[in-house]
Amino acid sequence: MDPRLLTAIIVVVGVPVSVIGYILLIEQLLRLVPGRRQDAIRPWLWLLPALILLFVFLVYPTLNTIALSFMDRLSRTFVGLKNYEYFFGTGDTLVALRNNVIWLVVLTLLSVGIGLMVAILVDRVRYEAVAKSVVFLPLAISFVGAGIIWKFVYDYQPPGTPQTGLLNAGVTALGLDPVAWIQEEPLNTVMLIVVAAWIWTGFCMVILSAALKGISSELLEAARVDGANELQVFRRITMPLLMPTIAVVSTTMIITALKAFDIVYVMTNGNYDTDVIANRMYKELFSFNQPGRASAIAVILLILIVPVMLINIRRFREQEAIR
Amino acid sequence: MTAATGTGRPSIAARPDIAAARRPSRRGPRLGRLALHASIVAVIGLWLLPTAGLLINSFRPAADVARTGWWTALGPPYSFTAENYAHVLSRSGIGDAFINSLFITVPSTIIPIAVAAFAAYAFSWMKFPGRNLLFVVVVGLLVIPLQTTFVPLLKLLGPNGIKLLGPGVGSFIAIWFAHTGYGLPFAIYLLRNYMGGLPREVFESAAIDGAGHATAFFRLAVPMSVPAIAALAIFQFLFVWNDLLVALMYIGATNAPNLPLTVAVANLANSLGGDWQFLMAAAFLSMALPLVVFFSLQRYFVRGITGGAVKG
Repeated sequence: MDPRLLTAIIVVVGVPVSVIGYILLIEQLLRLVPGRRQDAIRPWLWLLPALILLFVFLVYPTLNTIALSFMDRLSRTFVGLKNYEYFFGTGDTLVALRNNVIWLVVLTLLSVGIGLMVAILVDRVRYEAVAKSVVFLPLAISFVGAGIIWKFVYDYQPPGTPQTGLLNAGVTALGLDPVAWIQEEPLNTVMLIVVAAWIWTGFCMVILSAALKGISSELLEAARVDGANELQVFRRITMPLLMPTIAVVSTTMIITALKAFDIVYVMTNGNYDTDVIANRMYKELFSFNQPGRASAIAVILLILIVPVMLINIRRFREQEAIR
Repeated sequence: MTAATGTGRPSIAARPDIAAARRPSRRGPRLGRLALHASIVAVIGLWLLPTAGLLINSFRPAADVARTGWWTALGPPYSFTAENYAHVLSRSGIGDAFINSLFITVPSTIIPIAVAAFAAYAFSWMKFPGRNLLFVVVVGLLVIPLQTTFVPLLKLLGPNGIKLLGPGVGSFIAIWFAHTGYGLPFAIYLLRNYMGGLPREVFESAAIDGAGHATAFFRLAVPMSVPAIAALAIFQFLFVWNDLLVALMYIGATNAPNLPLTVAVANLANSLGGDWQFLMAAAFLSMALPLVVFFSLQRYFVRGITGGAVKG
């Protein structure tokens, strides 16, 4: 049978039938078990597919990666901290680490800042839905597509020739020399982050906007009746009430920045000193065939994210407490 | 909270007095209103401009794209062509890649949502020891970078392991479960928050009437969670359709018969060099389906995602 036809049948029939069939099957099997024990077993059967997949694709590989990061390139002999020494002793990887710090700060500031601003502004106009859709739109575009889109914004032609990049057309129209946005360090990393911010601002905006609408209008009205002006209402009431949501969104953006990969891979592949940790790891793994070093980079990434994870879990506990 | 975001909007729209109180500056000075509109229009323009440029360029002949900026095409002499799209569709395997992307994306959306819904139902409406601790661990997994998992999984699934990767259906199956595993923490978190917020009485009276858990799940929990499930479906669909990294890992950049669109387009970007006009057409073809999905279902998306993410 044609493999594509087989795949199509599995996709259209096999997958839905097996996922729904699973629950019906386990409920049938549970009938064979005496009553009291049913209630003890049932939750675990409902959780089983999730737990297996989480273990196979997240828990086991993470533990294994930590172990591999202490091994040589054939993953046979224990080499101690050598892979970590390589990471912290090589200029290229340190540049990647520095760039991730820039990503973390600039991406979070830009996307949360602009997202908050847009959420507040569009709350006051009638065409709110249209404006929000436009800002949200890039999220439906792949990073690969975004990379190509922005090539025509950043494109550079030598001075004197007509510019094909939008930004340089603007710069030369002002009488200045065109800028090689993607080549010039350290400007280029910021230019890549702008692309990421263009994508993620919509995400921040949507969540912040929903929180904004959740603020009781009576509360705002009461403040105004008591004589507070708009700025005071914003600073003393709106902002404090938005803070938990801003924290959620910022956390998401910090994690996004630390994991940044696609834009760098497509736009520069880490050249011109724009490398980031995730792209560096991809190179170590596939171009240089160094699983030990790649694992060490993954562990470093994980360690950077752990504090964010702890904050996340604490916040969740607090939420559950007031639930 | 989840119910509030879902039902809050219509009731506000129905009561103009509240809506007016919420938008105080609509009564503000005219100059302020003008500045407000100007800044919003500026943001809209800024956000649309890059995409519009690519769209226009993808319909221009190659020589023009290389010589002049896309904005010059807006004035005479007008020269547009569909040649780039015709070329890409006929020669570069983009048509196959489109089908492959569907093969990857549809199960990678259905499986995690189903599996997460089972788990979320158990976390919400069944009692068992360690329930909250287990849920916290699952939410904690949200922040594991995908990169951390690749080396061991390639060993496990690749030629030295169970040989699932490579041409044929195997690598599709591997990537379905991979996307499921990666998507589960967020999906369980979102659905648990939503299902846990459904009224307890409904489930209690169903149990009194003799309905089992399967009935309660398919007849009550799932239909009542449609906004959250729809939001999740869109989010997961966009994520998988647009994913490059996971596809590079599990399908590979050179596994020609199984390549999804993102990898095919990235390959074009790396290999074409000068042939940008085809790349633009290919990029736009890869955006078409997610944009349709986004515009037809964005209402659900905007509402459902906030249900889980925003509390209090």
